[in-house]
Amino acid sequence: MLSIREVGHSYAGHVALRDVNLEVARGELVSIVGPSGCGKSTLLRCVAGLMRPGQGRVVVGGAEVSDVPDDLGVVFQDYSRSLLPWLNVRDNVALPLRRRGAPKEERRAAAARALDAVGLSASARRYPWQLSGGMQQRVSIARALAFRPSLLLMDEPFGSVDAQTREELEDLLLRIRGEGMTILFVTHDIDESVYVGDRVAVLSRAPGTVIADLPVDLPVERDQITTRELREFVRLRAEVGRLVRDGAP
Amino acid sequence: MSAGTGGRTVVRLGAGVLHRWLALAVVVAAWEVGTRAAHSPFFPAPSRITSRMYHLWFSGPATRLFLTADATSNVVPSLLRMATGLAVSLVAGVGLGLVLGRSERVFAYVDPAFQFARVIPPPTLVPVFIVVFKLGTQMQIAAIIFSAIWPILLNTTDGARSVDRLQMETARVYKLSAADRVLKIIFPATLPKIFAGLRLSLSLSLILMVFSELLPGTANGIGFELTDAQSRSDLPTVWAAIVLLGILGYVLNAILLAVERRVLAWHRGSRGTDA
Repeated sequence: MLSIREVGHSYAGHVALRDVNLEVARGELVSIVGPSGCGKSTLLRCVAGLMRPGQGRVVVGGAEVSDVPDDLGVVFQDYSRSLLPWLNVRDNVALPLRRRGAPKEERRAAAARALDAVGLSASARRYPWQLSGGMQQRVSIARALAFRPSLLLMDEPFGSVDAQTREELEDLLLRIRGEGMTILFVTHDIDESVYVGDRVAVLSRAPGTVIADLPVDLPVERDQITTRELREFVRLRAEVGRLVRDGAP
Repeated sequence: MSAGTGGRTVVRLGAGVLHRWLALAVVVAAWEVGTRAAHSPFFPAPSRITSRMYHLWFSGPATRLFLTADATSNVVPSLLRMATGLAVSLVAGVGLGLVLGRSERVFAYVDPAFQFARVIPPPTLVPVFIVVFKLGTQMQIAAIIFSAIWPILLNTTDGARSVDRLQMETARVYKLSAADRVLKIIFPATLPKIFAGLRLSLSLSLILMVFSELLPGTANGIGFELTDAQSRSDLPTVWAAIVLLGILGYVLNAILLAVERRVLAWHRGSRGTDA
């Protein structure tokens, strides 16, 4: 589904990424974790086609990424800037569907289903700025879902909400995944990368490169308390933590 | 907020309004007393100015909204010219501004010329307008546009240039069409700036409306009536025109602010100033 090959990028002399290789199969949820400033966001922007990497290439669904690929959804960390304050929640969610040429009623129905999936049906007529941060990020997720992307990119999506909301959103993510949707989940939170991922790719300090690609051998059904107690979870968290801190296997 | 402080806020707001109008009333009263005492033919009393305004413009039949023939032949044409000039400035300024704001290349070409053109005082261009346009309405509207377009154009350009990068990237990710990008993202994101420009342009167009009616080839309008009264030494009418212009400026600005409050409710809300 997604193939990142020998990708590297520099900004004005500063090497952000070097020789990044990563393969993601259809339907997988891969966490990318690494210390701040390791080029995680740069990598995601390259996958999204929002920028071209200096070296290497990104292949999505068999085609090399030169512009934004079709069927792509992105959830940015900064929901307050990514949602449009002049549109209400429903119209924000329905906006990407305009390109598909569906009639208005259909777009609204799809938006309503997506809002239902994230538990925000009651807020469809409200404006983003009338909602809490966690609810706004749910709107962003609903907007991505309504678009039914085959590839969903999430750039530190839960980085700006409080701890409890964060756990709720993590569980929401686990609920909505599936149906062939491939998810690339960028975070700097080690626990989170293990909790939501099928695999965890660890990036080193800048210049960022993949120093470990670890399968997460945890049951599909996860729970904020019991999953985090499992020996495998504790072991993985420690391993990822050491990799992120020490920058080498 | 407790009910007590809420009540106090209301009282304070009420007191604020009262103070404002009270101050105006005191000034007008002092003016009345002063002019009556002075007996100067150049400074008629406010009561005389008001009665002149009433007789000149607002003593018409109810079927014509109480407007007199003088009002429909002077005040209305003035307002129509101003509205036309402002409307053309708005449409052209916003359209051009959006293009300039979103195209670095066009901006680089055109900006120096615009910065040069906008600092030219419009009155100095009147000789040019006289040659280029027909005397009368055409030239008057051109003068209004040449003055009123700049704040709208420059504000729109500035606003369109500073649309949030993340909003534009969202549009790219979800592959919005070019038309949708303009109508659903760039234009609404620029609206607060457009309104800021429009407020300036409104007062400029009122000034230029009067000024353009002082030019040769003018047959009607508030400015025309003003100069005409001046030449006849009809000072109450001169003052009536001045007061009318003040009232028009105030009312038009109030209408614009009311529209802005409605249209930009999201803007105030998203900035947390008024949810």
